[in-house]
Parts: sequence; structure tokens; C-alpha cells
Amino acid sequence: MTATASSDAQLDRGDPMTAALAVDDLRLAYTVRGTPRAVLRGVTFQVRPGEAFGLVGESGCGKSTTAYAALRYLPSNGEITGGRVLAGGQNITEMSTKQLQQFRANHAAMVYQDPVQAMNPTLRIGRQVAECFQILGFDKGEAEDRALASLERVKIADPKSVMDRYPYQLSGGMLQRVVIAMGLAGDPQLLVLDEPTTGLDATVEAEVLDLVRELREETQAAVLLIAHNLGVIRTMCDRVGVMYAGKMVEEASSDELFEAPSHPYTIGLMNAIPRLGLRKTDRALATIPGNMPSIGTELPTCVYVSRCPLATDICRTDKPPVVALGDGRWTRCHHSDQVSSIEEPDAVVPDYKVGDSNIVELEQVSKTFRQRGNDIPALVSVDLGFAEGETLGLVGESGSGKSTLAKTMLGVYGADDGSQITLDGTPMKGKATDRRDASIRAIQMVFQNPDSALNRAWTVRRILLRTVTSLTPLKGAEANDRVEEIAEAMRLSPHHLDMRPRQLSGGLKQRVAIARAFAGDPRVVVCDEPTSALDVSVQAAILNLLANVQHDERTSYLFITHDIGVVRYLADRIAVMYVGRIMEKGFTEDIFNGPVHPYTEALLSAVPNVDGTASERIPLAGDIPSPADPPPGCVFHTRCRYSIPGTCDTIEPPDILVGPRHEITCHLPIDQLPKPVTVSIRANP
Amino acid sequence: MSIDDTNLDPAANGALPLESVIPATDRNSIKNEQRRELFTTPSFLIGLVIALFWLACAIVPGVFTKWKENDFVRTSDGASIPRQGPQAEAWFGTDSIGRDVFSRVIYGADNVLINSPLAALLAVLAGAVLGLIMGYYRGWVDEILSRVLEAVLSLPVILLALMVVAVFGDSRLVLILTIAGLFTPVVARTVRAAVLAEAQLDYVTSAKLRGEPSLFIMLREIFPNISNILVVEFTVRVGYAIFTVATLAFLGFSAGDATVADWGKDISESYNLIQAGQWWPSVFPALAIASLVIAINLIADSVDKVYSS
Repeated sequence: MTATASSDAQLDRGDPMTAALAVDDLRLAYTVRGTPRAVLRGVTFQVRPGEAFGLVGESGCGKSTTAYAALRYLPSNGEITGGRVLAGGQNITEMSTKQLQQFRANHAAMVYQDPVQAMNPTLRIGRQVAECFQILGFDKGEAEDRALASLERVKIADPKSVMDRYPYQLSGGMLQRVVIAMGLAGDPQLLVLDEPTTGLDATVEAEVLDLVRELREETQAAVLLIAHNLGVIRTMCDRVGVMYAGKMVEEASSDELFEAPSHPYTIGLMNAIPRLGLRKTDRALATIPGNMPSIGTELPTCVYVSRCPLATDICRTDKPPVVALGDGRWTRCHHSDQVSSIEEPDAVVPDYKVGDSNIVELEQVSKTFRQRGNDIPALVSVDLGFAEGETLGLVGESGSGKSTLAKTMLGVYGADDGSQITLDGTPMKGKATDRRDASIRAIQMVFQNPDSALNRAWTVRRILLRTVTSLTPLKGAEANDRVEEIAEAMRLSPHHLDMRPRQLSGGLKQRVAIARAFAGDPRVVVCDEPTSALDVSVQAAILNLLANVQHDERTSYLFITHDIGVVRYLADRIAVMYVGRIMEKGFTEDIFNGPVHPYTEALLSAVPNVDGTASERIPLAGDIPSPADPPPGCVFHTRCRYSIPGTCDTIEPPDILVGPRHEITCHLPIDQLPKPVTVSIRANP
Repeated sequence: MSIDDTNLDPAANGALPLESVIPATDRNSIKNEQRRELFTTPSFLIGLVIALFWLACAIVPGVFTKWKENDFVRTSDGASIPRQGPQAEAWFGTDSIGRDVFSRVIYGADNVLINSPLAALLAVLAGAVLGLIMGYYRGWVDEILSRVLEAVLSLPVILLALMVVAVFGDSRLVLILTIAGLFTPVVARTVRAAVLAEAQLDYVTSAKLRGEPSLFIMLREIFPNISNILVVEFTVRVGYAIFTVATLAFLGFSAGDATVADWGKDISESYNLIQAGQWWPSVFPALAIASLVIAINLIADSVDKVYSS
């Protein structure tokens, strides 16, 4: 049953006075370089008491601004230009500074992205947590008792000793727990979480999310969650609002939104995610053409019209209606009845042929850093091979040695004696500066963050031209031709060549970075999380590009990522690293079908999945051990739930072959190795 | 058209623009907006007007004054009027031997306005070179240079300047080089910090990975990205240089012979007259120094604010 309400006001959302948070037609502008520019263009939604509401959308859509505005916590150039925000019946937009302080102390709490920045580095944890209680009127002694109790509440290990420590002595996950404890001091009815787990490892992220889930049940606080990771939103939120260019375009329950999106933009987002076990051999990922309008742009009708596949004349002349779809679900679109006609791309990228022999081979590669007289073995006897046209996905928590492996291969670090890196069977020197030109050309890199990887002062043409002339014998006009050729191959248009990185969007910048890596015809390209700084629709375009270039150029990739969906989509083989060692390697299908290494099992289960919650998450207790002091025997035994006492803690595990080219470094007999816990795909359609 | 083409490049079918240039943040429009903001900032305009006035005084002082710097003010009957307070004939009064204080303030601008920017410029250039070397190579090069610079910084600026000028004479060249040398460590440390941050960025790693020589990475890759820091540093240093030039002149070290008008020197010649109630021959040159320093600081603050936002 669909009913049309023509505006937000006619949509029945419930009484704003009883909502934990009611944002009503909120308009907000930032003054940039002297001009006020609209960021929020009338945002309306409610978070009911006890509910978890998620805001999703690509960067620049205004979701973080909405969260900050919800507590009227705005930068000095931000101004609310219209609408109101009610929390527990109180009008926040009209409060005085003093009332606002009172309100924030007693009714609401905010947890930010980076816990390191949220803490004062010079004060002990105990003092900072106790401060929150002192503000609430407790005297010093009682505040300290309560601080300790609140740390116990967030299940931090050894809360007494944490009280006496400084922020730098705690890991990111522990700090985020402390920040949450501080937020909960005043028993808030509203908890605003802005990317609370971004920057944390998947395993730590899973623990923090579990904690938030438990606390929510315990306190019945309403939660407003902002996350760019749609998996986090799916597993955490009851209802989700999709934002685009400062307006909410769709609101639905979490399951409905992910299974049956009703706005063309949401559909575009969902099709762009590598999900449901999709592989590059199945189809290309859907992309959303164009860019989000920048802030301050005049958008009189539908905000999405310039990128919408369904756009017709009416979309350009009339404001789209709010179409109610029942159960508080609605969409803002003229053509909500036609969304099913938006098709997933059905293109099957031609077969990927992986060569038989390895181009680059790492044999017994170790890398030991020396720090203050101590040896830190960051890589221990790594064997890996790259066949022509093959993608090797490298996964593992941070600190597992993924980047060290990549940088040793590239020659940023020289490997230890006894290590061998061969190119076409010929050994290469360790350091890039000692390598022959041909070896330097052979291995290139795409960095994680294109803003850091491209020289801001240079034009795209200069960046590419310099790479061509220093890596290849081409000079002058020939080099210029090569630049134009490679730019075209990366779908950059000629006018992009004369621009500087800051004029380009994130996706275009990453294309330039990829073009640079390919300029010298490399044999192996190291991709270090090349899409983690990008929005999902841009990520899709970049993954498509990488897949296509690989198909044409037969290049091998070492693809480092923490996104299991991405690695499953792109990788032919996967290697799992832990404390500088490869724990498991095998073909992608074999890894996802099992049996797997106990560490792989835990790693796969930790990732919040866009396809729903896994039936069981395998906890990974404690932190990753320091490579300076690895545990004896199997390095994973301290966190392994299958650990065999007397064996795993004393004897180094053997490499066992569980299938064709599928190696697991473990003491467990093959039949006792775990199967990965994943979401049963489309169990109940 | 193949389907994967459409998928990768929606512009290919002409229907929709490719994810492309961010229109509102076009480089030129940002520059224009920044310039417009700068020229609508009141403090910048005030500073600019004052600084331009003193610049005009340095270039064509005769336009502003009735008397030359060493003329004696004469009344209509031809009498000299030394030690007279401000009046119609001599707006800022006359000094102990009867010269017009106003004229001397106007004529005194050129010394400060030539020496200070030149000294600041040299300091910024030398500081940039040192800072690039320290920030890029780090390790023992950085250690040694840092200790040397810290040693220089730990010495009182004026004492050091006095020593150098006393040994090498107070020619304009020596003055400029001395002040430049004194400011170089400060600039070098600022540049070093900026270069350290730049050298962490992946574009530097990328340049190393394609085997670029260090000189190329420092001058062509990193230098253009720290140039706006140098602009800010230059404006700030000019302000300090004015102070130092005036202080040295006050202490008796200024280029040119004893009769040339110079703010610092004129103050030192007349400040003991304040006790006798004759404040004008020293206070007006002092105000001139203050106004110029304030003007430069207003400009420096506005430039910093607009270009670092």
C-alpha cells in the first residue's frame, strides 16, 4: 500500500516532543571564504527513545554535520539558518549557552571518530573520566569511584590499572571504550556516535560494536550512528536514513533498506558494494556517474537529479514528493514506482587468465628492524609468488606486517640476508636504489590516500610525464604520447591532464595515482588499501578499473585490504598475515569455503557484513602481540580458541596442505580445522 | 559500445558527466576568492595603506615635506627655531639643532624599508635551504645542524649583532647580512618542521621508488609545497627586521653618515631631551617605527589567516 504525502510535514513520524531526538526541517550553512554555503537543506527525522538510527551517505552529504548540529556543536563558521532540533522535548536550537552545557552534560553524549584526539594526552585516564562525574556534581572521591565503575561497565581489561595510565599507553580500542565510558557518565538518553570504529581493526571494531549494542540494551538510550561502513550500519541500526547533498532521500528499517531500497540513490549505493559473495568474474560493480553537488550549490528540485538514471523532465521542474511506504518507511522521488527498472550491471568481465609461472617470487624473505639495540623481526620467512595477471589479496590486523611486506618487496626497506626476491627468476637487490632500472619499473605501487600520494603543486600531466621519463627510455613527444595514452586507459579525459590534484575528486585522484603506477608498464603493482579512503560508488569505479587494466595488461596485484567484500571480489588468491608470518594462503573460493586457519576464521567473522549479521562471531581476545616479543611456538596460540596446551605454545606449527595450493600453518589436524562463519546469503529473501 | 565501457565511463555515452572536476573549488576561483577575502579584510587594508605610505616616503620623500632632512627650519624672518614643539611651520616640532622632525621622519623611512625586507628575504632563502636539508635527510645531518642553530638561537640577538657590526663595520651590506644571519635559524626550524611533514607523504615515497635524485625531490617535489609557509615567514620576519634595524641604529649602528635621517638614530640622539620636556624629536620617530611594525603585522596576520584556511 503506498500513500503519497507531498511534503515532510504531512508524513506521520510521531510526536516530536516524545522523541529522543527530533530534527525538523534543519537548514545549516557554512561560511567558506566569505560566502555562506548551504550544507543541510531541510533535514527531517526522528530518533525514538531506545532506537538506533543510522545516517548513511557519501562524504560531503552532511551526515556528520547533522550529528554535530543535533547537539548544536558546530564550528565557528557554521550557522543554523532554519528549522529546529528537539531532544526529549527540549528545543536545542533556542537554548542559551548555559542551558546547552547542562543539556549536553545530562542528556546527550557524543563519541567521535578518533579516540586519541578525544583524550587529553597529559592527564591520566582516571582523572579525565572522574572529571565527567565532577561536572555532574559528585565530589572528588565519589567521582573516582564512579569513574572506576564506569570503566568496569565498558568491560575494559584491568580497569584499576587503566585509571593510572596515560592515553598513549592504551590501544585504540581501549581508548574508544574509555571515551564511551565518559559519554555514558551522565546516563544520557541520546548517544551520538560519529564513525566510532573508523580507524580501528575489524576485530577491535567488532568488540566495540558489541559493547555499544550491550550498553544500548542496558541503558535504553537512543543512538544516532554515523558510519561510512554500511556493514556497521546494517548490524547496528534499527532504522536508517539515507542522505544526499544535505537532504534525506529515503528512510527505512535497516533490513528493508539493504534488501529492498526504494530511492534510485540508495539502489546505486547498494549495487556498488561488492556483496553477497560477488566476484570479478561474475560482473562489474555498478557505479554512480557524476559527483555529488558541492556545498552551497543551488538545488531547487530533486537533489539527485543530475546523477539519476530515472530522471525525467518533471524531476527538473518539480520538487519530488515524499512517498510514504508504510511503517515509517518513505522515499523522496517522483518515480518511486519505477525503481525496480534500475538494473544491476550484467556485464561479465571476460575471463581472467592467470599465468602458470611466477613473475616475482619472494623466498624466505625476512625483515628485521633494529630499534634501541633490540631486534624486531617484522617479517619472518615469507614465501609468496605472483603469477602473471594474478591478484593476491593480503589480509590481517594492523601490525601484522602487511605494509612491511609490501615495502620490502618494493625496495623501500632492504630485506635481511638470506632473503631472496626474484624477477623472472633473476634475484633483485634489496633496496630500490640499488636495483636495475628494469627491476624498479617492474614493481610499482598505488597508495592508500591519493591526497598524500600526489604532489599537490604539480599538474596531472607533469606527475605522469615525470614518471614516464624516469622509468622508461621515452623522451619528448613520445613520452607525452605515452602520458596521453595511459591517461586515456585510466578513463581520464585530456582536460584533466592540465589540472592539479586539488581540482579533482577523490576518485579521479586515485585514477591519476593508478595511471602513475602503470606508466612504466609494471609487472607487479602493490595496491595498499587503494579504495579505503573512497566512497563506495567511487570504490566501485576504481575496482572496475583495476580489474579491467589487469585484464588488458596482465599485471599482477598485491592487494592489501581490510575489506573482506573487496578482497573476495578482486583477489584470485588470499594470504593471511599475523605477526609478520603468513598463516594461510590459498585460492579465494577455498578460503571462503574452508577449512581455514583459526585466525582466518576469527578475522572473517569479525567483519560487519552488509548482508546481515553473522550467526556467530568468534571473539579474538586481547591485542596482537608485538613482533619484538612474539609468543613461543605458534604466534597465534595466545588468542586461539583451539590452542593445544603443550604443543601450540612450544612447537612452531608446520605448513599443512589442505587443498590445491592451500596452505595452513597450524597444529590442528585437517578435519579439526574450522569452517569460516559467514552470513548465509539470501537465506530468507 | 561495450557494456563495461558504459560502466566505467558514463560520459562515453554522452548522457552524464564523468565524476569530474569539482566546479566550485576550481583553482583559479579559490585564488580569486582568497584575494577578494584578503582585500575585504579591514586589518589587511589598514596595514596595506600604512605600509604603502611609508614605501612612498622611502621612494619620494620630497613630495611630502617642505624641508629636506638636513634643512634648518626658518621662520618668515629667517630665524632658526631649534627645540620648538609642534607648530604650523614644523608639524612635529624641531630637534636640538633646529631641523624639522616631520621631514626627518619622512626621510628616515628609506633606511628601514630597504634594509628590513632584504634581510628578511635573505633569511628566508638561507632558512629554506637549511630547513630542506635538515628535514629531508634527517639523521646526523639534522642533528649537527640543529645543534648549531640552537647555539645561535641561544645567544641574545642584539649582542650578537653588535659584535658582528663592531668587527665588520656598519656598512649596509654588513647590517643586512647580520640580521639575515640572525633570523636564519628561526626560519630554518619552521621550514624543517614543514619539510618533515611533507617528507612523510607518499608522493615523496613514490619519487624515491622511481629512483629520483634527492636534489630533485627537495627542490622540485617538496619546495613548491612549502612556498606559502615561506611567504608567511617572510612577512613576519620583515616585522622583526624593522625592530632590529631600528634598535641597531639606536645603538649607533646604521648605514650612512651621521646626518642621514634614520628613525632609530634620531631617537637615540634625542631621547635624553624627554626629561627636559622635549618629547617630540624622539616620540615621533618611535611612532613611525611602531606604525610600520603594526602595519606589517596586520598584513602578516591577514595573509596567514586567508591562505592557511
